[in-house]
Amino acid sequence: MKITLVSFLLLVSLTAQSQDLYMTRNGKISFFSRTPMENIDATNNEVLSVIDLQKGDMAFAVLINGFRFEKALMEEHFNENYMESTKYPKATFNGKFTPPAELQSKKDGTYAVQVEGDLTIHGVTRKTKASGELIIQGGKLSSRSSFKITIKDFNIAVPGVVAEKIAETIDVTVDCQYLPKEK
Amino acid sequence: MPRFYLLGFLLLAGLRPCVAQDLLDLLNEEIKKEEKPEYATATFKATRLINGHSIETLAGGVLDVRISHRFGYLNAGIEEFFGLDQATTRLALEYGITNRLMVGIGRSSWQKEVDGFVKYKLLRQQSKGMPVTVTLLSAMSMKTIPYEDPNRENYFSSRLYYAFQGLIARKFTESLSLQLMPSLVHYNLAPAPNMNNDVISLGVGGRLKLTKRVSLNTEYYYQLPSTQYAGTTNAFGIGFDVETGGHVFQLYFTNATGMTERTFISETTGNFFQGDIHFGFHLSRVFTIRDPRKKQ
Repeated sequence: MKITLVSFLLLVSLTAQSQDLYMTRNGKISFFSRTPMENIDATNNEVLSVIDLQKGDMAFAVLINGFRFEKALMEEHFNENYMESTKYPKATFNGKFTPPAELQSKKDGTYAVQVEGDLTIHGVTRKTKASGELIIQGGKLSSRSSFKITIKDFNIAVPGVVAEKIAETIDVTVDCQYLPKEK
Repeated sequence: MPRFYLLGFLLLAGLRPCVAQDLLDLLNEEIKKEEKPEYATATFKATRLINGHSIETLAGGVLDVRISHRFGYLNAGIEEFFGLDQATTRLALEYGITNRLMVGIGRSSWQKEVDGFVKYKLLRQQSKGMPVTVTLLSAMSMKTIPYEDPNRENYFSSRLYYAFQGLIARKFTESLSLQLMPSLVHYNLAPAPNMNNDVISLGVGGRLKLTKRVSLNTEYYYQLPSTQYAGTTNAFGIGFDVETGGHVFQLYFTNATGMTERTFISETTGNFFQGDIHFGFHLSRVFTIRDPRKKQ
């Protein structure tokens, strides 16, 4: 009896202890800058992200030089002149949300969540809030969100001559498919 | 006894936060694990340094329309409006076939020359490993002005000239890049009967970024004295690259009159320090013909 209880407790504590992590290495983040002069969009298909469904933690990391543009020169300017990707190679987000119990038990469904955390771009970290969806389907997890960021908040300088071609606020879209992380 | 279990449970539960890893740290470790070699980008702003080529090639699917303009000598005096009355031009279309291979054709008013070249980026500077970028250039040009001596037997091949260059550059910092250019210019028909057909030279050049969009460039071609033609000087140039969106303006001063490898490396006659200086500019406008994302 005693042994059963001990092993039961051990098991319970072990399962509680192991993080319930979902991870992806090829998530998608794209952004869109819309002005009357020019529309610019870019996509990164190598986003790293991990979500802990039990604790409601999530993190994203993306290499700046992995964004692909319609024009090679845009990509060069994005890296060289605006994001200074040699100096600040990646953007990250580290945030929290309150996981609904049904999400924790991984019941199929779409769950709206409010995420709050630190967004770091161009070496500048800002507290950010965004709403998004977590979707469970057949044991797989997806995340979706779209939010706006203001270029000025992240110390990204846009010179006067091109100011009309680059929007002050950029629409960001997140779309990631996760798999349970293997130990 | 139950108290003991409770204690044990609490202890184990209490360990949890220590075992749990910060998720962002986890991702940073993943990034390190998968780190790919990073290639140096934008060692130079344009495919030309001043007169000659830089190691840069156009991205695949990009068309570059180039208009080069060069005025007369500054020391021509007020009568010639300090050289601005005279001008020679080169008009060119250049295209990136892949991210490493480009071709171009051009027409220069100086000696009515038509030229074409192929340029291939052989090695790329990496954050770890390869310290330099090496680009190979093979150019050919044809003089279309009438034969110097119409009475002798003239062959078409004697209108043709070749230039081969190995361009070796390193981006040392975000703002400083240096380049070496061992070069060979070949004349099918030497300028005079007792002259050699090949001119060997070594070019050096570099750029210093002054702001994010303006850089100071310089370039010098040293001709091996034993192969240098009499009466010629070494080509020198200094100028600025100014970038505005899809345009690059290159404004420069040089003693060279020609804009193709043969005409500026081995046929420059001006002395820069005696005022034989041309003011000139290249205007480059790129058009994306093929969306780079489509081929993925």
